[in-house]
Amino acid sequence: MQTPAPVDYAKATSVAHAIELLQQLGDEARPIAGGHSLLPMMKLRLAAPEALVDLNDIPELQGVRIEGDHIVVGAMTKHRDILESAILHEHYPIFREAEHVIADPIVRNRGTIGGSACQADPAADLSAVGSALRGTAVIQGPGGTREVPLREFHDGPYMTVLEPTEVLVALKYPIRPGAGSAYEKVERRHGDWGVATAGVFVVVRDGVVADCGIGNAAVGAEHYCSPGAEDALIGQPATEESFAAAAKVAGEQCNPSADQRGPVDYKRHLTTELTLRALRRAAAASQGA
Amino acid sequence: MTAVEDTPSVPLSPAGNPIGFGRMPRKEDVRFLRGQGNYVDDLNLPGMLHGAVLRSPFAHARINSIDTSAAEALPGVKAVITGETLAGLGLAWMPTLSYDTQAVLATDKVRFQGQEVAFVIAESRYIARDALELIDVDYDPLPVVYDAKKALDADAPVIRDDKEGKTDNHIYDWEAGDKDKTEAAFAAADVVVTEDILYPRVHPAPMETCGSVAHMDPVTGKLTLWTTTQAPHAHRTVYALVAGLPEQKIQVISPDIGGGFGNKVPIYPGYVLSIVGSIVTGKPVKWMEDRSENLMSTGFARDYHMKASIASTKDGKILAVKVDVLADHGAFNGTAQPTKYPAGFFHIFTGSYDYPAAYCNVKAVYTNKAPGGVAYACSFRITEAAYVIERIVDCLAAELKMDPAELRLKNLLKPEQFPYTTPTGWEYDSGDYEKTMRVAMEMAGYEELRKEQAEKRARGEYMGIGISFFTEGVGAGPRKHMDILGLGMADGCDLRVHPTGKAQVRLSVQTQGQGHETTFAQIVAHELGIPPEDIEVIHGDTDNTPFGLGTYGSRSTPVSGAAAALVARKVRDKARLIAAAALECAPDDLEWELGRWYVKGDPSRGRTIQEIAMDAHGPLELPDGVEGHLDAQVVYNPPNLTYPYGCYICVVDVDPGTGQVKVRRFIAVDDCGPRINPTIVEGQVHGGLADGVGMALMELIAFDEEGNNLGGSFMDYLLPTSMECPDWELGETVTPSPHHPIGAKGVGESATVGSPAAVVNAVIDAISPFGVRHADMPLTPANVWRAIQGSPVRTDIAVS
Repeated sequence: MQTPAPVDYAKATSVAHAIELLQQLGDEARPIAGGHSLLPMMKLRLAAPEALVDLNDIPELQGVRIEGDHIVVGAMTKHRDILESAILHEHYPIFREAEHVIADPIVRNRGTIGGSACQADPAADLSAVGSALRGTAVIQGPGGTREVPLREFHDGPYMTVLEPTEVLVALKYPIRPGAGSAYEKVERRHGDWGVATAGVFVVVRDGVVADCGIGNAAVGAEHYCSPGAEDALIGQPATEESFAAAAKVAGEQCNPSADQRGPVDYKRHLTTELTLRALRRAAAASQGA
Repeated sequence: MTAVEDTPSVPLSPAGNPIGFGRMPRKEDVRFLRGQGNYVDDLNLPGMLHGAVLRSPFAHARINSIDTSAAEALPGVKAVITGETLAGLGLAWMPTLSYDTQAVLATDKVRFQGQEVAFVIAESRYIARDALELIDVDYDPLPVVYDAKKALDADAPVIRDDKEGKTDNHIYDWEAGDKDKTEAAFAAADVVVTEDILYPRVHPAPMETCGSVAHMDPVTGKLTLWTTTQAPHAHRTVYALVAGLPEQKIQVISPDIGGGFGNKVPIYPGYVLSIVGSIVTGKPVKWMEDRSENLMSTGFARDYHMKASIASTKDGKILAVKVDVLADHGAFNGTAQPTKYPAGFFHIFTGSYDYPAAYCNVKAVYTNKAPGGVAYACSFRITEAAYVIERIVDCLAAELKMDPAELRLKNLLKPEQFPYTTPTGWEYDSGDYEKTMRVAMEMAGYEELRKEQAEKRARGEYMGIGISFFTEGVGAGPRKHMDILGLGMADGCDLRVHPTGKAQVRLSVQTQGQGHETTFAQIVAHELGIPPEDIEVIHGDTDNTPFGLGTYGSRSTPVSGAAAALVARKVRDKARLIAAAALECAPDDLEWELGRWYVKGDPSRGRTIQEIAMDAHGPLELPDGVEGHLDAQVVYNPPNLTYPYGCYICVVDVDPGTGQVKVRRFIAVDDCGPRINPTIVEGQVHGGLADGVGMALMELIAFDEEGNNLGGSFMDYLLPTSMECPDWELGETVTPSPHHPIGAKGVGESATVGSPAAVVNAVIDAISPFGVRHADMPLTPANVWRAIQGSPVRTDIAVS
């Protein structure tokens, strides 16, 4: 049995209440969502927050809905609900594909999209998805609400732009008619973090890539995306050669580290390979294949 | 013969269980499936305190000072013990099971990351853990030996400078076989193939970690130790020797054990510390390690760097095999082996084949890694042996451009060669290897698989078929040759039949999930005709069971299973005398049928074993020399090991773009002699096959240049899940052991021993078109892809 250090606990009943609690409890308090990253770190005593503010009973943070031309996902929506969301699946199958390879059912039953975004693990699958889709973070703090593009939300590994008294309340994704999307991941074992991943959307019009987004997790891609690869692909014919050229850029421009998941050359290769595979499938879906 | 056939039907008991061998639900499942097991950590004694171990963050560092004052001042802390405290008691060092010494708590320096440095005893586990952070240890880091291949370099730091006169990291050299004869065979061979083959460090990772509750009763002076041990009796004796405690005042209790796989054979510092803690505080003290402590400090397995060479004629007749081993034993030689065999039974590496010459040399070294070295269902290093021979035979097949099945069939031992003495001195008891291999090939559809493979290759798809044929020697062992710390490896067994005909059988071996409470009841049922539900198996308590060496090396059925059969036969013989008295006839006039002695020629006149049990305890006048009651005891000293074997075939698909391996099929045909409970045997095989897939593809403890353990949590030490396991396809052949009372050979480790080579051979077969002949475990996607590129990673050190 692993034993965390002493910690205080408070349950928030609304976002405003959570912000109030965070203000009261000070800099060493942390919000807790599904707890599947923070609690293990506490048990290993890699993290020792003085207090936890529990966000699990805040109804306004739950659920997937359409608002105008965006899909809005409450920050406390659980992985399982994202996996099963008909709205997300209709517009972006990438979500279901990614969720199928995120951890295991036990984690997915409690872990949340907002918790994943705020944990900012370099290998977080949904962060690659969010960056690929050029989503937006909706953040609430003592001074009100602000929106930050997901491609600016992360300050580096395990760091975000959130202030200590701010709470991530939702993630928004623009709906793109005609877009195809796909997620590819290689892990050492089911449920493990990715060695490399690729999540993409592609809009093909008249045989040409009109728009695309390319996300990569676990390989040190800044903000989990590859703008260079996107630039290389947008405006090009939707062909194997174009996809391969873009995927090559993704592999070249990411910045992986060697670890027990693999050496750098492999991770670069894998980034290219998985980006290529995802682009092929997403483009085919966009073209109605 | 494409499926497991049930053993011939035997009479069923009123409860529907076989009175003898056959399938029945495990008796212990009732409590396990309801969550009502009773493990060490479930124990709560009045006044019990909790211990926690401070561990070294460094792999090699001198300890300048340890300041425990802040920890001692924390409310709820009862005592803090350091190496200095223990040194005062003469307990700072303890013997290992290999006649080395190991620090209980470090005094001079730490020698691996995770080594025990201090022990806090407090009112709760939380307080004890909090107090660890208040202990201030001043370390001077030292250069680290993280690479076994550099351990004997002239400039390597000397790890064991505690040993007087020690100037290097060498532990021992050990050899087996005939070197000259082997070299001569190599010189005369048409073909010689050599490969460097690593069996990397892995960990048994039982679901339950190690722990103990020690209670030294200050009034009676009796020590009771509830502990996670696979060998309670051996542990009792070692505690007596280590701590100078009188052995009659030590009771070791091993309650339900949540998996062992060899991890719970050694004695760990934590166990000793809980005893010291109880002596110091006068209260019961519980110590239970967490997952990372288990992975980082307790008995690992393997870590064998093997250079194997095989010699053959050009048409594939094997002539000789030799293996040079560099064995990484970590900071203390804590490997648990029969004394005569420091490398365990590794010299069984000649495998299942017929050739005249073999030789191995094992050079063991210290490194700054956790001690241990034999664990994880390895049958005393037979896992390494089976892997190296099956891998090098495949390398030879590749060299000869010969089908690996054909090469094996050409060289397998023939039934008429048994008993067969191997070039390294083992006497294999029985076998019909070709039959077993043919069954496996038929189940797999081997020819069709090869056709499919050829078609797929033509399309650029890479499937692989891997074969492993293994022979184990289990059931250690003949006491003349086999002992651990001077304790001969024979097992006692007691059987009492109560007046109502219900029985208790007392065993020295200790189940960790193998189903002993069922299997041993079935053995007695088979011999006496008492229903298995009427037979209680008593084990895991040294005050209430006979002496024996415990459960590991697949020895429970071969040794204690034999003892159980023989003790039941002894009771049956006694029952005959009592029945004769009751029936007023001569014992020779009686014949036995299951559960009953009856008069020859008059089957209606007889006494059931239950009636005889009452007679034995009643007023019946017994013949001279026949004592009352119906019980017996035996000590079984095995005349030889038993030699289970099997043929495994694995089919994989490899994605060369990503290096990912999918195990599509796995066919396992085991011959372990008669199966006492086929369901339990299949469960054991399933578990071992999952182990094998895990070791082949993902399990690994590697170390970086600072000696950091890179497999210290389940985030880093990957165990396979059901997602990685195909539906196992099991088959059997039955070749009884001629010297075992019921012919049983033991099966607990067969699948772990046999399966890794099948998986690796399949993966290498799949990527052989890229010119790959070998790559080391674990075959992670990165490693497979690198192998395809011609630069496989070195898996025992950090990936760079």
